[in-house]
Amino acid sequence: MPEKRLLDIRNLDAFYGAFQALFGISLHAERGETLAIIGANSAGKSTLMKAIVGLVTTRNAEIRFAGGELAGRPTQQIVREGIALVPEGRRLFRSLSVEENLLVGGHLHRSGPWSLMAIYDLFPVLREKRHQPSTSLSGGQQQMVAIGRALMANPDLVLIDELSLGLAPIVIRDIYAALPRVTAAGTSAIIVEQDTSQALAVANRVYCLRGGRITLEGTPASLTRDAISAAYFGV
Amino acid sequence: MEWANVILQGILVGGLYALFATGLSLIFGVMRLVNIAHGDLIVLAAYVALLCVTQTSIHPLLAIFLVAPVMAVAGYGLQRILFNRTLGADLLPPLLVSFGLSVIIQNVLLQIFTADSRKLSAGAIETATVPIFNGLAVGVLPLLMFVAAVAIIAALQFMFYSLPIGRALRATSDDPEVARLMGYDNRHLFGVAMALSLAVVAVAGVFLAVRANFDPALGPSRLIYGFEAVIIGGLGNLWGTLAGGVILGVAQAIGAKIDPGWQLLAGHLVFLAVLAFRPEGLFPKVDG
Repeated sequence: MPEKRLLDIRNLDAFYGAFQALFGISLHAERGETLAIIGANSAGKSTLMKAIVGLVTTRNAEIRFAGGELAGRPTQQIVREGIALVPEGRRLFRSLSVEENLLVGGHLHRSGPWSLMAIYDLFPVLREKRHQPSTSLSGGQQQMVAIGRALMANPDLVLIDELSLGLAPIVIRDIYAALPRVTAAGTSAIIVEQDTSQALAVANRVYCLRGGRITLEGTPASLTRDAISAAYFGV
Repeated sequence: MEWANVILQGILVGGLYALFATGLSLIFGVMRLVNIAHGDLIVLAAYVALLCVTQTSIHPLLAIFLVAPVMAVAGYGLQRILFNRTLGADLLPPLLVSFGLSVIIQNVLLQIFTADSRKLSAGAIETATVPIFNGLAVGVLPLLMFVAAVAIIAALQFMFYSLPIGRALRATSDDPEVARLMGYDNRHLFGVAMALSLAVVAVAGVFLAVRANFDPALGPSRLIYGFEAVIIGGLGNLWGTLAGGVILGVAQAIGAKIDPGWQLLAGHLVFLAVLAFRPEGLFPKVDG
């Protein structure tokens, strides 16, 4: 029986050189949970995602994942432990085809529910376009590839940074419609969003960030609109 | 017929220039490193071949199979110990470090082997020819160099586009940070790329040593030929690099035919013309 608590972050400070971007962040995620992290531009959401996977320098932090300590370990090791990040702006490998992007995501061969076939079932449009250059796809399709590429690593936890930023509403709906199938397959998710209503609809719990600090935490049902705007805008 | 012969010889020499250029092109493509020491590494490989041949009395061309692994291991170590520390957003540090390495290699070779020029003797194969038709003949050695260049480039293309390690190298070249997110260890991948580059350098070095005299100061001019072939062919396209080498070789051969003093000048003029009128090269890689 694995521990129920998948991710437990305590007292995380993050820095870009001398500039401190995050202050004493503590948050946790249970297995099977979908978390939403909301907040305005430059609230520190992306920095938090990068800090978890070791792309940003942290200090004093305890980042326990599936019982092991991640703080201070190199990114490629953290990924092997079972965390995958869908980076902001999708950042597909532009000289690789759609399928090659997915294969690169799966090169560690961790066991789990996700394979090329499973990704094509999740996002059928990718199957038709699998031999096309990744740059020939629309933004929404690129986001599907980026999510599929992360899932191919068969992570226990997938972090999706700015899921809907810059995408057409209809595609955003399609991607959100696929998310429950991701968690049903046993992959927990943390979604970073500026589009609060989308995030609240799928999340089990929500954290709001402002100025590098957590200003609100709770279940979507327990949070009032006023409480959220106060936490979001600081008014 | 005389001109056909000139052009044919130029094409075959172009194979050697393509060998000079391939490792350079590969390293720039994968990690945006302009390796100023590339030419000196070719000369170093020639001296390593010289040592192999004098110590073991192996045939110079077979020495390739000894020199290539030695240079590949050295390349991996060089990358992990030296170049990886210099890579980053700024292109200048790796450029300066490779320039320093160039100076060091030249002087170490000068200390150990003196400034005397050397040559590896490959025996009868050096003068053997294959008749084609009507008095036209090609030398076996130039033909071998050309075939080696084509085979190496075909093998590298296959690796880059059909094998997982090639996908990894392309992904790392596209976006090193996201490659780490996929679980790749970029320091290792860059090491592999440098090992491949220096294995090709080893082949180029042995052919250089068999074809003509070499001495410790020969590196920079080989680097220039390599650069010119890469630029003429277009960055990021290894078949383009082969074409660039051939164009350079043919230009030099035609120049030499008109007047022996024009050999090098003709090659440089073609290079300048490409740089002036088509700076992206004749066969640039098209993305997406």
